[in-house]
Amino acid sequence: MVIKLLFATGSSINTRLLIAIIASIALLVAEHRSNQLNFLRNTLSFATDTVNYFVDLPLVVVARLNDTMISYQTLKDENQRLRDEQLIKQMQLLKFESLEKENIRLRALLDNSFKLGEQVLIAELLKVNMVPYEHIVVVNKGTRFGVHPRQPVFDSSGVVGQVFRAMPLSSEIMLITDLNHAIPVQVNRNGLLTIAVGSGQLNQLILPFLPSNADIRSGDLLITSGLGGTFPQGYPVAVVDPFTSKLNKPFAKITATPTANLDRNRELMIVWSNSIPVPFTSKMLDQGVDPKKFAHE
Amino acid sequence: MNNSSYGVGKIMLSLFLAMCLRVLPLPPFWADFNPDWVLLTLIYWSLAIPERVGIFHAWVFGVLIDVLTGRLLGQNALAYSLVVYLCLKLHKRLRQFPLLQQELYIFICLLLSQLLLFLIKNLQSPEQLHSTFWLPVLTGTLCWPLVYTVLRFVRLTTRLKS
Repeated sequence: MVIKLLFATGSSINTRLLIAIIASIALLVAEHRSNQLNFLRNTLSFATDTVNYFVDLPLVVVARLNDTMISYQTLKDENQRLRDEQLIKQMQLLKFESLEKENIRLRALLDNSFKLGEQVLIAELLKVNMVPYEHIVVVNKGTRFGVHPRQPVFDSSGVVGQVFRAMPLSSEIMLITDLNHAIPVQVNRNGLLTIAVGSGQLNQLILPFLPSNADIRSGDLLITSGLGGTFPQGYPVAVVDPFTSKLNKPFAKITATPTANLDRNRELMIVWSNSIPVPFTSKMLDQGVDPKKFAHE
Repeated sequence: MNNSSYGVGKIMLSLFLAMCLRVLPLPPFWADFNPDWVLLTLIYWSLAIPERVGIFHAWVFGVLIDVLTGRLLGQNALAYSLVVYLCLKLHKRLRQFPLLQQELYIFICLLLSQLLLFLIKNLQSPEQLHSTFWLPVLTGTLCWPLVYTVLRFVRLTTRLKS
């Protein structure tokens, strides 16, 4: 029989609160100043990932059921479609190979650097909602798979965002439409450089730094410019929306729609680009140095 | 039977489910309304069995929520421990209140918690704050009777006593 104390928590409760407050503030300050608390977050993430995976479970089960209940005819049709698609893609790749070679040669003539191929990891989105007003999503691949912060993330039709925080079993990805996100882009038509800033809406990016006489039209494709070093160059980001130019304002108010299906895709690709650009000059080409070999050293 | 550890599983399970509700993938419009289930659960347990669930639990689950929702570590911990402290201080009186009067108190508690988060958020990136930031306080207050009834049912059926 436990004796019930009427004022059991009388004096010690104040001390406990004080300790809790001091500990909280210490955590806040420590994490704001440095990333030395990553180990704590990583350890605790095992517990919170249980929650994430648990919440995601029903959707996985439904998807699996759909996969098993699919009819033979649908499978056959899909198989045929995929095979055709692969053939077409392979055709395009054949051309790509020669284009890449040509590009390397041309860059060498300009004494320019170039980047080599990328490695891709497919990650699946966990359907959880972290905070309503931020565009951060969780995927099921983490540092166990070598994911690290600031890695670019794509889907099949464009740039999705970048890895914001990597934990052992999952990582948080900031979408390009987040208010805190900005991505260096260029207009594919003429190479005009600018920065696309997130708007806080899933279907819109803002281009705030363009003068009102800039050469940009609605329907222009924006691709990554490779500046800043986070995103590899040349991937589609967004298409410029129709806009009316107001010449009396110093800056044009231009928006763009992301090409990636930010809210619909379940599979995302986390990309490792060989991050160090290789300085390569025409002299080296004359000496017969293979640029690819050089890059791997 | 070890009396102090009896029923801990039930409490932890309720908090786990509350955490699941916290990150439930709701459509964007409804996500703004999603109340802080974990805080509501913590408030209930600290009122019902203050000897079991105290500031320590609140702090630990606060840090877990920080990790879960990707916040700076410590901000939910701070808010939760303060709110639970207030509930522990007044639990004898609060238990006697009718549900409507309790709701008023819960409203103040949730508002305090959200205010703390607001201040910390405001230091980081003020441009991300909308008026919808305060909606969970209202919905949380409205959800209190539900949390109260469900957890009370759990507590009575498993004979968790203070």
